[in-house]
Amino acid sequence: MTELTDLGIADIRNGVRAGTFSAREVATAFNARVAEAKALNAFMIDTPDHALAAADAIDAKRAAGEDLPIMAGVPIGMKDLFCTVGVEARAASEILNGFKPTYESTVSQKLWDAGAGMLGKLNMDQFAMGSSNETSAFGNVISPWRRNDGSNAPLAPGGSSGGSSAAISARLCPGATGTDTGGSIRQPAAFTGISGIKPTYGRCSRWGVIAFASSLDQAGPMARDVRDCAIMLEAMSGFDPKDSTSLDLAVPNWEAGLSSDLKGKRVGIPKEYRMDGMNADVAAVWDKAADWLRDAGAEIVEVSLPHTRYALPAYYIIAPAEASSNLARYDGVRYGQRTLPDGAGLQDMYAATRAAGFGAEVRRRIMIGTYVLSAGFYDAYYTQAQKVRALIARDFAQVWDHCDVLLAPTAPSAAFGLGENSEDPIAMYLNDVFAVPASLAGLPAMSVPGGLDSQGLPLGLQIIGKPLDEQGVLNAGLAIEERAGFTARPAQWW
Amino acid sequence: MKKIASLARIAMTDAEIEAMVPEFNGILGWVEQLGEVDVTGIEPMTAVIPNTLRLREDVVTDGNIRDKVLANAPAAEHGFFGVPKVIE
Amino acid sequence: MTESTYRIQGATGEWEVVIGLEVHAQVTSHAKLFSGASTTFGAEPNAQVSLVDAAMPGMLPVPNGECVRQAVRTGMALNAQINRYSRFDRKNYFYADLPQGYQISQLYHPIVGEGGIEISLDEKNPDAQTKTIGIERLHLEQDAGKLMHDQHPTMSYVDLNRCGVALMEIVSRPDMRSPAEAGAYLKKLRTILRYVGSCDGNMEEGSMRADVNVSVRKPGDEFGTRTETKNVNSVRYVMATIEHEANRQVDVLESGGTIVQETRLYDPDKNETRSMRSKEDAHDYRYFPDPDLLPLELDDAFLDACKESLPELPDAKRKRYESELGLSAYNAAVLTAEAETARWFEALLAESAKAQGKPEADVAKASANWLLSELYGALNRMGKTIDESPVSPAAGAELVALVADGTISGTIAKQVFEIMLETGDGAGKIVEERGLKQTSDTGAIDAAIAKVLADNADKVEQYRSGKEALFGFFVGQTMKAMQGKANPQMVNEQLKKVLN
Repeated sequence: MTELTDLGIADIRNGVRAGTFSAREVATAFNARVAEAKALNAFMIDTPDHALAAADAIDAKRAAGEDLPIMAGVPIGMKDLFCTVGVEARAASEILNGFKPTYESTVSQKLWDAGAGMLGKLNMDQFAMGSSNETSAFGNVISPWRRNDGSNAPLAPGGSSGGSSAAISARLCPGATGTDTGGSIRQPAAFTGISGIKPTYGRCSRWGVIAFASSLDQAGPMARDVRDCAIMLEAMSGFDPKDSTSLDLAVPNWEAGLSSDLKGKRVGIPKEYRMDGMNADVAAVWDKAADWLRDAGAEIVEVSLPHTRYALPAYYIIAPAEASSNLARYDGVRYGQRTLPDGAGLQDMYAATRAAGFGAEVRRRIMIGTYVLSAGFYDAYYTQAQKVRALIARDFAQVWDHCDVLLAPTAPSAAFGLGENSEDPIAMYLNDVFAVPASLAGLPAMSVPGGLDSQGLPLGLQIIGKPLDEQGVLNAGLAIEERAGFTARPAQWW
Repeated sequence: MKKIASLARIAMTDAEIEAMVPEFNGILGWVEQLGEVDVTGIEPMTAVIPNTLRLREDVVTDGNIRDKVLANAPAAEHGFFGVPKVIE
Repeated sequence: MTESTYRIQGATGEWEVVIGLEVHAQVTSHAKLFSGASTTFGAEPNAQVSLVDAAMPGMLPVPNGECVRQAVRTGMALNAQINRYSRFDRKNYFYADLPQGYQISQLYHPIVGEGGIEISLDEKNPDAQTKTIGIERLHLEQDAGKLMHDQHPTMSYVDLNRCGVALMEIVSRPDMRSPAEAGAYLKKLRTILRYVGSCDGNMEEGSMRADVNVSVRKPGDEFGTRTETKNVNSVRYVMATIEHEANRQVDVLESGGTIVQETRLYDPDKNETRSMRSKEDAHDYRYFPDPDLLPLELDDAFLDACKESLPELPDAKRKRYESELGLSAYNAAVLTAEAETARWFEALLAESAKAQGKPEADVAKASANWLLSELYGALNRMGKTIDESPVSPAAGAELVALVADGTISGTIAKQVFEIMLETGDGAGKIVEERGLKQTSDTGAIDAAIAKVLADNADKVEQYRSGKEALFGFFVGQTMKAMQGKANPQMVNEQLKKVLN
């Protein structure tokens, strides 16, 4: 018999609805699996009681003959960026040590309303700043994957949603929340052989999600396959009057709309993404994916996004600028850690608190953001970056005349080893070169597994869609998923 | 650099500042390639996805939650937050 | 347009003062600018604080439409450019009264652009000396919280109740040239805000305060370096600040010093300004558009509704009182200086017109005179505002009507009014019950006159031999004999008949 923890979101929900197993059995199985996976360091806080209470509520509903919601009985992992009542939310930073929100983020509340429960809070890069999960103040997450060379070198699960990606690929949870500012859902999904979608900016409320860069942050689901992503995205999305940038639109029934028949669709291959010295395995899986989509009925066209190479530098101005301001509230006055040297005045307390509380990468980005906004530099950096951003968005807008979705790699390589990139910030930033353009333009984009590289590590394929066309993205993802036949999973070593 | 650290309210020793300078300059040098983009006639982006700002009704819907507001405070007394004494 | 002749006499000659004001006016609204917490004054500490105001992680601002509406209406009342497209920016700095670490304000694209206010420099003759003070902009922003320094030996206490309350910052051009002009500007601005209803103008409670920019120059020279004195909270203090600061600057310059562009504080106890060195550390606010908010775009329907909701404004009202009601320029100015007074007067006018069955224009003067002398006098004595008047406009109109139709004399009216204030009874009832009706009975008047003349035969003699000034004495004596109830006009007529 299949282990309950091998099931995905759709299977669990369907099984609970059908009475094949109870929600409590599912929650119990996952709670146990989380408890025995401490070596991965994916979960920072376990909340087994939350998962059980949610499961019991679903079992009671079923017993009462009520209709069960779309995530009935599905226990999930919650990225530490989401505030949930009474459970510490630290954004994997010391500065929020001890902070227990008295409020529930809109997205997590929607998930509970959809019948999900929480297994625990997932580790991540501190304040979502990072691409390898190495900036967490609570230790690295270790990817469950290992290279096929027998070296056992610990690998990065990607970032910033590295706890989420590691937990899903290790079958600690069938799905988890992620947030994506410049690839933080897609890149870790690619590194760990799972799926994840960042919806159109404004689909998921940002209320109650600890902010990194407001104009880029967007929550989304991470799960084992496309259908599970569709279900969970539907649960997470929806208009929220408490978020001024929330889109006042009905949530489509994406699961029902899934179809891998791409007849009449055109898939664009952006030529600027084919960079000099590109990893051969990445290039190969990208070519294969184009064939798969052609096989699914789509026409493949080459398209141009001329400002692609400027996306990353623009991002590394805009995101730090917003972050430098968004993170000003962590000052040791109303919550979190306070560092008060003897005889310190208010401003000294701020400086000491923030020096002690923020990790090195967070401090670095706050400094960059402060610099690019400061007097005399604002126009040269920030205004210029926002203009380039407008050009990048315009590139995408023009490309939709020629195709319906874009196909590209998610990341320039498979997972790298922990510590391999941490000395050179720019080398680390380059990991997000394919992911960042869609973030700057607020477009829906997802990563699905395409295969393994020569080291036996997963490679992700990215589909970028028009604004609000999550369905088109999911459908192309499904077409790849059906043809890629990706069944690899990491052998359990933890 | 000192000024930036001070503006950002992040205490840094001179040694820390010195260590950060080359890295900082490296990143700034890298982002400065944006300067080569011709942005003539381009407005800076303000809304990622076309959307209009909604206005709230003028109704009191919040407040009277002092316990929640103060619940996580490192120092709170008599209903106030406490900070080191400020001399104005 | 009048050129100011205000000058500071220095050792090296005359100096001209250049003044600009940045006024922070609290927008009248139930809830805060970006959160649903209440704005009421005087609540328990941190009771009117939402999670948004306390800048909890993940909290987001949503703008209050009423605050936007009030800013637009105010801009319209200042004859200013209304910007259909505006944006909110973050002003970044660290202070304990600012939980977000930034204030949401509008730097790059304010909601209201250029406008102006006409001020009068002669209260007695408001049309004679006028000057237009330019408005540079009006924008919306959040107020900060409050720090208390004296409750604990080593800590300051933070109360966030005011944090996030909507303010309009109204920035003038440096068009004022004397403390009097600045005072007139501030008073006029307050009047307009109160008419519009966008701010209660209550400077004592801090709902209106001014940052005062002052520089001095030799007449005809370029502008000098200015200083900014923050948070001055009364018209009188603003004028004192300017006077002090201008003289200080002249002293500095004449002794060979230079003026440093700096922030200063006015100390009303010592009547001086002093430098706020604590706030001097390299201000760099790093303004940028708030990414949590979208651009604010206003459509025709919104603007039209704002326009239609505007009341008649003080200048228009004053001119109408003069032209249509025939009031003196001075009375018109006094009646329109406060929205409450004008409102009361117009209610009185309507009631008077009804009570007397005449057009408003015919009853306006008497109504205005009664309000400005009798009612104002009484309110002053009682220390009450016109909104707290114990007498209603209808009751006042009843009294004015009794004088107008000759039922009582002006002298008796004063007595009746006092009784109204004491008892709360209506004028008609008082006159009836106390028999205060003016008598036009010629028999009684003639009898009284006869007695007065008989008792004062010597004076009659003097009068007849040319001392005509005694006529008033006879009127007074007769009125006294009649206990004030005689119709004074009849007394006059009868006396003339008998004496001549």
